[in-house]
Amino acid sequence: MFKCKAAWNKLAPLARASSTLCRQAGKRAVLRHERTPQFVQPAHMSSGPSGGGGENTLYFVLVGATCLAGGAYAYSTLVGDRERYQQRITEIESRSSKPAAEPSTPAKTQPETAEPLPAAVAEIVPETPPVTQSASEPASAAASPAVEPTHAPYLLIGGGTASFAAARSIRARDPGARVLIVTEEDDLPYMRPPLSKELWFSDDPTVTETLRFKQWNGKERSIYFQPPSFYVSPTELESVENGGVAVLTGRKVMHMDVRGNKVKLSDGTEISYDKCLIATGGIPRNLQVIERAGDEVMKRTTLFRKIEDFKALEKVSRELKSITIIGGGFLGSELACALGRRSADLGLEVVQMFPEKGNMGKVLPEYLSNWTTDKVKKEGVKVLTEAVVKNVTYKEGKVEIKLKDGRVVKTDHVVAAVGLEPSVELAKSAGLEIDSDFGGFRVNAELQARSNIWVAGDAACFYDIKLGRRRVEHHDHAVVSGRLAGENMTGARKPYWHQSMFWSDLGPDVGYEAIGIVDSSLPTVGVFAKATAKDTPKAATEQSGTGIRSESETEAVAGSVAVGKAAPTPPPQQKEDYGKGVIFYLRDKVVVGIVLWNVFNRMPIARKIIKDGEEHADLNEVAKLFNIHEE
Amino acid sequence: MSYCKQEGKDQIIFVTKEDHEAPSNAELVEDDPNDPYEDHGLILPNGDINWNCPCLGGMASGPCGQQFKDAFSCFHNSKEEVKGSECIDFFRGMQECMQKYPELYPQEDDNESAPSGEAEAEAVLPADSTSSDSVSASVPTSEEVASGTESPATS
Repeated sequence: MFKCKAAWNKLAPLARASSTLCRQAGKRAVLRHERTPQFVQPAHMSSGPSGGGGENTLYFVLVGATCLAGGAYAYSTLVGDRERYQQRITEIESRSSKPAAEPSTPAKTQPETAEPLPAAVAEIVPETPPVTQSASEPASAAASPAVEPTHAPYLLIGGGTASFAAARSIRARDPGARVLIVTEEDDLPYMRPPLSKELWFSDDPTVTETLRFKQWNGKERSIYFQPPSFYVSPTELESVENGGVAVLTGRKVMHMDVRGNKVKLSDGTEISYDKCLIATGGIPRNLQVIERAGDEVMKRTTLFRKIEDFKALEKVSRELKSITIIGGGFLGSELACALGRRSADLGLEVVQMFPEKGNMGKVLPEYLSNWTTDKVKKEGVKVLTEAVVKNVTYKEGKVEIKLKDGRVVKTDHVVAAVGLEPSVELAKSAGLEIDSDFGGFRVNAELQARSNIWVAGDAACFYDIKLGRRRVEHHDHAVVSGRLAGENMTGARKPYWHQSMFWSDLGPDVGYEAIGIVDSSLPTVGVFAKATAKDTPKAATEQSGTGIRSESETEAVAGSVAVGKAAPTPPPQQKEDYGKGVIFYLRDKVVVGIVLWNVFNRMPIARKIIKDGEEHADLNEVAKLFNIHEE
Repeated sequence: MSYCKQEGKDQIIFVTKEDHEAPSNAELVEDDPNDPYEDHGLILPNGDINWNCPCLGGMASGPCGQQFKDAFSCFHNSKEEVKGSECIDFFRGMQECMQKYPELYPQEDDNESAPSGEAEAEAVLPADSTSSDSVSASVPTSEEVASGTESPATS
């Protein structure tokens, strides 16, 4: 089959050319023999049939020669190809037998989660002769890293939260499913929120190695969704009895052939699939002024997203004296608070700058954003609002940031938290649509891009039946959409319906959960209770002794952690202290977004109100449903 | 005493406890229990088990997922007086499988997995709950097991 196809591909241009030639020759022959079509005027040929006889022969000879030449070329090409193919196979075989020759150091010592998966799993899973269909014969001993499955019934591109949620969903619904996750990272799937929150609050000095954090309920867990033993080795995926989930790390999908239902990886391997999920997430944006600033500045800049970024920044926070965070959204503010909290102990200066008027300026209404900024400042952060960076240079051992209004900040290290660029490189080869408004792959309400292709997580621009087309970059959305994609990949045919939520904690005094479209440009109605000292995340957790965080979909959600050093909560002020309340975001008089400000365990009510999509005349009445005065 | 103010397009209302004492007159739309789009709790409207319920954690999807599903289905469909008494073999199979993956399924010292599996199954069947939120909030035992699968030893 392959041979025929390859042969055809090679010879197609030739065939086309020769067929054109034949057709043209045929046409002329028809005219000569006067089998003129009815509606054509009989052309007055300069040469009659008899005169054309000699020319006919010439044409036949020409065509014949062409065909012969074509045939000869085809033959030589095929032979050459076959030879090259054989060479490649022998090369692969020799390559795969080399690693087997090395005494297989099965990672009997510390299987770190960072290590390539086959090595770690080989120790645990009993050795079975791998039944692979790839051309190279693996040595039957150690699982050689070069051997991969060539077909995956469920192929998930990307190894993040959405992908893992989908894998779990597929396994739950399709018994014995074989799921292959391909990720360019070296890590197994992990959750991202603790990287900018809980991990920084940990008392454990080895936290950068263990990557464990304490949840709201006091229990410790790793940021990895599952330990390596949960996963099946890629080489065994096709043979293991009840199926499983395998992760191929360090491999990027470079090309997607939608017609042929297969992808090509960065190492040249091809994997075909039945159903495919694209969950490629995104990469952090950078400021142009930093990119243009040269190597010395780039060396001292962190684009925060992955585990390695967390490790690097943690090291920087201990070694350097000043860190500046550019960006006032979720990531920037959370990192600023996390670092700010350490600033006193470490003798570290933490600066945060952004163009808006206050922290979370694009999310919270102005009065609340200003209030939040004050809180962030109390965490030890030097906040510069309305700060637009003009240029960045490296001078005298310091990174110098010049703002458009003339202010200058000299710092040791920069963290750029200015947004996420969705990873849509596969759109070109796959022929998928990219959304021009929100970025990301454009998919329908069921997260489907094309027949066997779904997209979930940060990279998906989907149609939300209630709220319209959008793209959401939050953890719970990755879980919800990944789960939905997994369900739809197993035939559920359900649209996006269960609204995902998000949350943020900025220090012990400010914690909020939100749902829907929370955009500060929308008109808002905020209903606040007169605050008491009991109304903070810290207090709420301590008092009830249980979790206050709304349950995120699949995983236990990490909430704020009350760490020893927090100052005693100041007594509530009399005037305008936005201690706790509910803020409604309206679009055409319908509530499309809700923020629960220091009010917890009420997400189901908020979800219901958004789902109803009703116009409520008096939002104070709606606010009553939340019982904000109670715990 | 509550008061209200307007800052541009944003309205702010401060309310006291008394203000909110009267029950709300906001109208909410009646939920359709058979809504095909809606997520369901542990038990689907037709009586089947929703293996994709977040409350189960990774139990149905891990390496011992099949054994778990067999055991739990047997228990769920059991009509014996002592519910699940005929399912011992399935639970044993599940326990044997789980013992192979101590990292994923940390073994409790005191209880055997079989009875605790059944106890968990009982606690997990608040029959008519269709809201996944309430199920996950109100089921401590299954949550234990579920989060047990998610709190692996350091690798």
